[in-house]
Formats: sequence, C-alpha cells, structure tokens
Amino acid sequence: MRFTEVLAFAVRGVTANKLRSALTTLGIMIGVASVILLIAVGNGASQSVQQSIAGLGTNVLTVSPQRAQAGSSTKPLTTADAKALADPVEAPAVKSASPVTSTSATAAHGSVSYSISQFLGTDPAYFGTTNSSVAQGALFSADDLAQGRKVVVIGATVATQLFPTGSPVGESILVNNIPFTVVGVLATKGSSGLQDADDTAVAPLSTVQNALTGYGSLSQIVVQATSADTISDAQAQVTTILDGRHKVGFGQQADYRILSQEQLLTARTATTDTFTVLLASVAAISLLVGGIGVTNIMLVTVTERIREIGIRKAVGARRGAILGQFLLEATMLSLFGGALGVAVGFIGARFTIAGITPVIVPSSVLLAFAVSALIGLFFGSYPASRAARLRPIEALRHE
Amino acid sequence: MTAPVIEVRDLRKTYGTGDTAVHALRGLDLTVARGEYLAIMGASGSGKSTLLNILGCLDVPTSGNYLIDGIDTAEFGEAQLGLMRNRKIGFVFQSFNLIPRTSALANVELPLVYAGVRRAARRARALAALRLVGLADRAHHRPNELSGGQQQRVAIARALVTAPAIVLADEPTGNLDTRSSQDVMGILDQLNAGGRTVVLITHEDDVAAHADRVVRVVDGRIAQGVRA
Repeated sequence: MRFTEVLAFAVRGVTANKLRSALTTLGIMIGVASVILLIAVGNGASQSVQQSIAGLGTNVLTVSPQRAQAGSSTKPLTTADAKALADPVEAPAVKSASPVTSTSATAAHGSVSYSISQFLGTDPAYFGTTNSSVAQGALFSADDLAQGRKVVVIGATVATQLFPTGSPVGESILVNNIPFTVVGVLATKGSSGLQDADDTAVAPLSTVQNALTGYGSLSQIVVQATSADTISDAQAQVTTILDGRHKVGFGQQADYRILSQEQLLTARTATTDTFTVLLASVAAISLLVGGIGVTNIMLVTVTERIREIGIRKAVGARRGAILGQFLLEATMLSLFGGALGVAVGFIGARFTIAGITPVIVPSSVLLAFAVSALIGLFFGSYPASRAARLRPIEALRHE
Repeated sequence: MTAPVIEVRDLRKTYGTGDTAVHALRGLDLTVARGEYLAIMGASGSGKSTLLNILGCLDVPTSGNYLIDGIDTAEFGEAQLGLMRNRKIGFVFQSFNLIPRTSALANVELPLVYAGVRRAARRARALAALRLVGLADRAHHRPNELSGGQQQRVAIARALVTAPAIVLADEPTGNLDTRSSQDVMGILDQLNAGGRTVVLITHEDDVAAHADRVVRVVDGRIAQGVRA
C-alpha cells in the first residue's frame, strides 16, 4: 500500500466531515493566536516603558541643590561647579556636565500668550544629554551661549500654543517682555509621568541668567556619564569633586543631591515588570487552555471514528496504514490551524490593544505553533494508534 | 482428500475472569466443507456471533483450534490475521458497517486498497462487484443516501470484491424488510452457486432454508447437525 493511498484517505477523512475539521482547526487557531497576541501585548507594554526610560537617558545624573543641615553652610551650585565636573582627569566617567537654570515664564506672540512651565537656560550639550532632537529649525550653538544671544528653542506644546498655524522658526516671541528669536522646535517627547515634557523652552544659560533669573544658584547640573555602565563611577566622581568644592566633611550631609534617572524610574519599571509577569502567566494559561481544547477535540474526533477504524481493520487494513492515515489527518489539521493562528496573531498585532501597540516575540510564535501542533499530533494519532491495536471486533463494538 | 475450508476443534471463548467470567463458547467443534452453504441458528447469547467473529478472524479464541484450509490460525500474528480478513474472508455485518460520508464505490474499493491493487483495476473490480449486487447506478451515493437493503448490498459487494473463498454473514437480513431480505439472500445464493463457501447466522427459518445445512448453537456448543 503506497503513501499516496494513505494520503488520499487522510485528505478524504479531513474533507468528509467539514464541520468537525473546521472546529478542530478553529480550536488550534484560537490557541495559537491568543498566545501570540497576549505575549505580543505584554512585550509591547514593556518595550514602551523601556523606550521611555531610554528617552530620558539611563546614563544621566541630575545634581540639584539641597538645604544642608542646620549649622553648616549652603553653597549654591555654580557654573564653575559644572565646569569642574566636566574635567576629564578628575572625572573620567563624566562625558559632559550641563549647568541648568530653570524658571517659569510667560511667552507671547502677537495677541497670544502662554505660560511655559519650564523655561531652561543651559549649554548645547544639554540637548545631547537629554536625547532632545530638533524637529524644525536648529538648536542654539556654543557661539550663541558665548555671545549671550536672545535665541530660544521651544518645545512642541509651546509651539502649538503660540503658533497654531505656520512655522515658529525665525519668529520673535516676548518672554517676560524680553524679545527672543525662535531658532528651533524640539521633537515631541510625550509626557513623562505627570509632566508634559514638551511644555518647555530652552535658551542659552548666559542669556537666561542675564535676562530672567540672575546669577544665583543653578537649578541643577545635568551630568552625562560616558555610558550606562559607568553611571555609578560617574556618581562617585561627582560626589568627590562636589564634596571638595563645597567643603562637605566626612559624615556631614551634603548641600546637594544626586539622582539618576534610573532611580526615578525604578518604581515605574517595577510596576511594568509585574504587568509583564501577569501577562506572561495569562499567556501560559491560555496556552494550556488552548492545548486542552485541542486535546479535547482530537480525542472526540478519534473516539467518534473508532468504529471506522474497526471497519478498516475488518477488511484487512494493517495497523501502519491506519496509523499513517490518522497521523496525516492530525498533521494537516494541526499545521493548517497553527498557520491560521499565526496569521490571526500577526493581523491582530497590527492593531493597538488597550492603548498598547503589541510587539510580536518571534519565539512565542514558534512556541505557540509547536505546542499546539504537537498536542494536535499527539492526541490526533495516539488514541488512533491505541484503537488500531484493538481487535477489529472490539473496535467495531465501540460506541 | 483436501482439507475442509473451515475446521474448528474444541473452541472456547471466555470473556472476563473469575466469578464474572462469561463462557461464550464451551468446546465447540465444527467442520465446513468447501463450497458448502451453512446456516447457524441459535438463541441470542448462545455464542453464535462469537463463533462467526472468530471464523472471520475479527476475534481470537481463548483456547482451541481454528484451521482455514488446514492451516491453524493460532500461530497467526496480527498482520497475518489481517491478511486472512483481506484475502480469504468476506464478512457481512448485521449493521452493514459502511464508512459514513464515503461513496458506495469507495467503500467497496476499501479492501482492494489495503490489498495494494492499483487504482484502475480497483475501480473496475469494485464496479463489477456493485453491478453484481445490482447497484452500479448507485456507485457515487453515500451510505446515508441508500436504503437499508441497498446498504447491505453495498456491504456484500465489499465482502466479495476480493473474491474470497469464504463469505461470512452475521444476520445479514436482521435489519431488513422482506423484500430487501429476498434480494440479499438471492445474492448470497448466487455466490454459493459460484463455488464460494457461505456461512450465515440467522433467526429466521425461511432464511435458513436457503442453506444446505443448518446447525444450532446452544450454550456454546453445536447441538445438532442436519444435512438438508
């Protein structure tokens, strides 16, 4: 008996009862698709959190002033402190240190006025440190900083508020009644937590100190480490330098504090980790449930056909021929259902689910497909092989 | 002298064990000569179906010997029993046992597929068998589109398509009306006239009247043998 004959029996077996075959396929499809989609949603959520962490910079330290303990003096953070932190000999792990002064300011263009929550004065290195890029126009230059030019780069929210139509680049705005020229618009960053990261404007430090804040203490110094791995080295070096400059004795509380973006985000990361674990366990359960569904339908299918197996044996079918037929039927249904499930998973992943863009994990596709197909194969052929081992009369009597 | 086509010696079949054991056959002896037409009668539970299933190699005895053409089946393995069912024996069931959702032609072809007959030859032989039972025009109908009598004739076509030496029929007319019963018995008579050994089980005397010989099974043994 040739393979093509067995194949023909299998094809006939699959097509003879279309509803049963469709249900089997559907069961496998749902199992595979749900696992792929659930894992993709979990992965999408964790990736979006990782991206927001990366957007804020994992190799960034923020030094801000802090009121020291009673009795000891509080020294302001100065531009000189920032220069000292950027010293490549004293602080080799520090790539750059940008002095930042921050204020809120009211900006006006024509009849429109808008209160900017963060009006920053800093140096051009700040943009690189905070992963800020320009969407229109240009960033201000080191020359603008040195000359104290009244130029400003505005955030996306500010741009849409002040310039609902037309490009802001080259336009003049009044910031607390002082004219600034808009040289660029920052690319949107979205909100980080409660704050709108786009509700900002950045101008040269010298200009802002001269025109708006005066030459007092800096709001912060933003330090960029050479890489994410050297962040703790950088933190130690910054501490050493500032302790020396601010004469902080051993055991005394410093008049500044250092925070890494990572520390700020640890809590949020922990939350999304929990979320990812939750989704992964739901996916595992759905794989299990999908597997049980496949098991069920395959067992029903085969049990229903034990009589048929008896008939085939009664007219002289060898065990191998029966086994081959059922194995092939199960293979066809499992592979077809699995392939459909993968297709549905991929199509479903193109849609945003509950505000999350799913990102398919290739290994999950493989896992879901393999598990469902193997379960389908096993439960499609194992009961058949047991039935094929029965004496024909036992199989024929089976109800 | 050639060996009888069927020879059964001290055949026993027990279902279950211990106190709940059921002795379906208790040392049954039977010989069927080549070309004979035998009817087996007996009350339900007498063991006649068990006997026919063993004769059809669908079941194996607990003890005793069953010789086909003088060859003892006791030493046969699963594959050889399958070969016997395929080549030597045609079996007709009371409940037809056709494969559902499969055409009459495909059902009749089935034993030939497992015998390894090529497609064209298979088709021709299956159609010939269907013609013999008068159903050539129903070849592409499915079992559920056929009447009971027609289904049984398809089943007979399937039993005879491999040109077996022995045709066994377990109450072939049990589920049929008088008219269909006559059709079916006519075909069996024809097969016997063609030289095949036919053994059938029946409850009905007019069916048994078709046979050359009638034996009665009582409590797992042959009670009487009457040459017609």
